[in-house]
Amino acid sequence: MSATSELNKSTYAEGQDSPLLELLNGFIVELRLAGLPVSLTESLDAMEAVSHIPIEDRDAFKYALGATLVKNYSHWKSFEVVFEVYFSIRGTEYEIKENELENLTDDELDEIKYQQGEAPSGGGSMSGLSPEELQEMLFRALLNGDQAMLRLLARQSVIRYAGMEPGRPVGGTYYLYRTLRNLDLDSMLDRLMAQSREQALSDLTQLEERLEQDEYKNRIEELKKQIESEIRRSLVADRGVEAMARTLRKPLPEDVDFMHASREEMANLRRSLYPLTRKLAARLARRRKYGRRGPLDFRKTIRHSLSYGGVPAEPKFKHPRPSKPEIMVVADISGSVAAFARFTLHLLYAISSQFSKVRSFVFIDGLDEVTRFLEGVEDIGEAVHRVNTEADVVWVDGHSDYGHAFSVFWEKYGKDIGPKTTVLILGDARNNYHASQSWILKDAHHKARKLYWLNPEPRAYWDTGDSILGEYATYCDGAYEVRNLRQLEAFIEKLV
Amino acid sequence: MLKDTLIQVDYRFKDVPGVRSGLSDVSYLADDGIAGIVYLADRLAKPVLIEGPAGTGKTQLAKSVAEMSGARLIRLQCYEGLDESKALYEWNYKKQLLRIQAENETRDWSEIEDDLFSEDFLLSRPLLEAIRAEEPVVLLVDEVDRVEIETEALLLEILSEYQVSIPELGTVVGNQVPLVFLTSNGTRELSEALKRRCLYLYIDYPDLERERQIINAKIPGMDENLADQIARIVRSIRQLDLKKHPSVSETLDWAKTLLLLGIEKIDADVATETVNVLLKYRSDIEKATKEFADNPDSIEETEEEGAA
Repeated sequence: MSATSELNKSTYAEGQDSPLLELLNGFIVELRLAGLPVSLTESLDAMEAVSHIPIEDRDAFKYALGATLVKNYSHWKSFEVVFEVYFSIRGTEYEIKENELENLTDDELDEIKYQQGEAPSGGGSMSGLSPEELQEMLFRALLNGDQAMLRLLARQSVIRYAGMEPGRPVGGTYYLYRTLRNLDLDSMLDRLMAQSREQALSDLTQLEERLEQDEYKNRIEELKKQIESEIRRSLVADRGVEAMARTLRKPLPEDVDFMHASREEMANLRRSLYPLTRKLAARLARRRKYGRRGPLDFRKTIRHSLSYGGVPAEPKFKHPRPSKPEIMVVADISGSVAAFARFTLHLLYAISSQFSKVRSFVFIDGLDEVTRFLEGVEDIGEAVHRVNTEADVVWVDGHSDYGHAFSVFWEKYGKDIGPKTTVLILGDARNNYHASQSWILKDAHHKARKLYWLNPEPRAYWDTGDSILGEYATYCDGAYEVRNLRQLEAFIEKLV
Repeated sequence: MLKDTLIQVDYRFKDVPGVRSGLSDVSYLADDGIAGIVYLADRLAKPVLIEGPAGTGKTQLAKSVAEMSGARLIRLQCYEGLDESKALYEWNYKKQLLRIQAENETRDWSEIEDDLFSEDFLLSRPLLEAIRAEEPVVLLVDEVDRVEIETEALLLEILSEYQVSIPELGTVVGNQVPLVFLTSNGTRELSEALKRRCLYLYIDYPDLERERQIINAKIPGMDENLADQIARIVRSIRQLDLKKHPSVSETLDWAKTLLLLGIEKIDADVATETVNVLLKYRSDIEKATKEFADNPDSIEETEEEGAA
């Protein structure tokens, strides 16, 4: 890393002031620490790019850095956070706003006071407002979509409600929560809707109502973002750039653990799943196309030999038969892997939309085929819901019993496993000390083309407690730890 | 650096706002990010890799930049199975053959052989053509994610050095550094090597304000209020969980449809009848219709509240 900074300095030190360079170096180091793959050439490009763009133009500056350093859209969010931490307090934009605060508030304040039946006070700043007045201003700003005003109010609410104490080691979310609780934005939305109903000349149709609501929700979202970045700015001023960047560091989307993903992260994961299954399909298809040549086509060779006077100069081969991969996915959806199971169902759905022959099974201690729920259904939410409610997966007590689930699988569907079938088992192999029935996997392995086990637990936990993955794994072509998208992708690379 | 050895064209663009207004003159409404990156691409002499959902104007950006700077647009449409002879260059076999036959008796073989692999017999394909062109050129490599990952390597030399190595001829160095745009729909990850050489631009669905401006700019005679309503409905539809969200081009199609039908104000009935212009999957259409349809209950509800 030091080599990088040395090189950067020596190449671009002339003609640029070094504080910026220093700052950029720190910025790039932080990006790398956050997991973004920033190469040496890319950091050099960034240095060159900023020499063409004035740092005062904060947006252009941000895009210049983004375009040279971030080459994957899913990393953009992480980039934005780091950027804000490193450059937010330096943007000149905020000093301008400081003055604006004084100018604007006088007028606005008077107006509001006037409306409330008070005489214009002439002077005074925002800090003199009562909570009700602040709430009122917020309401009006949201109603009119006044961006500048909202920014000011965001700042004011943070000063007032967040109760930030210097040096206190609390994350930004705590302050955010406190601020939002005081602002009570939910009832604000109701008020806004009531207001626009009143203003409307005729009754609002559902469509109009819906559009109004979306508009206000959007503005409130915007306000929340302003508040959040306002909090970050004060935190950076308090604790310093590097400490702040460290606290805010979050895993990149591909490193998010399936088992502990938040709702928002889960939505992101779902979105990334489709490209992944397309990739899987594309890879399998390519193998079909460019795979080994088929056997000698005797008829064709003789036919062609006629043009050489009967000498078979050019041997012709049969095209390999296009193999249609059959996939059987057997997934554990018990409580111990609940979070993973949600993801699994989405994965099942994504896979079955890409391949023609996919059969899906889910189990806890009983096992049921769920192909019918997933195939030809266009709404994933509905499909998942049906799997969860209609599939018959509980046999005795609803604790996972791999042994019994496998024996049901073998008994009912074992005959369908053929030499073209790839079997994927997804689960943590925590068997609650039941019989393992691992002979089933052994037999299935003989019949199937490949048999893989994907485990959402860290490898270090395998074979601890009631996990008996080791026993099962001996009969698999491979057992892989798949806790995040990166690992899933690596598995897909290996698979085909 | 190598770029200095090329004949350095003057910078095409003076500043970022200049790019922005230039693009809006050819009715492409760029936001700050887009204009800034086009400007940087010129300054840094680097290609731009554009990603984003389908129908957000990725290809259009390249076309508009070409139009705005008065450059010729050379387009390479990528597809599976694209190879060197379609993308870079090819030897003109027929002409070579004729040459051999014509000169057969008069000249020495080794002379002819030297002649055969000269520039006269070289067929330029888009990539080579772009760097050899005398006039200003914008090169568009469209849907680069459709080629196999191995074929991507074809692009690497030309994108970073603006030259092509031809085994029989040596290295062909370009006359200019063209502006290069690569677009990708993100159906697969592009290789690191390619990404490293490019500036990265992600064009997402436009926000409300920009979408409204796009509608007004692209469809003359559009009522401002209607445009506003269209943009707002589209934004709401994009927030639904759909298979395929409406793209900008579909928004424009919808706007045109409404204009042709002579509709001045969109209500639920109009929306339901014409929503198939906007959405292309049956399940999506059903979902959107359900969201926006007037159902009797809610009307009563609003009436009561209105009266109160």
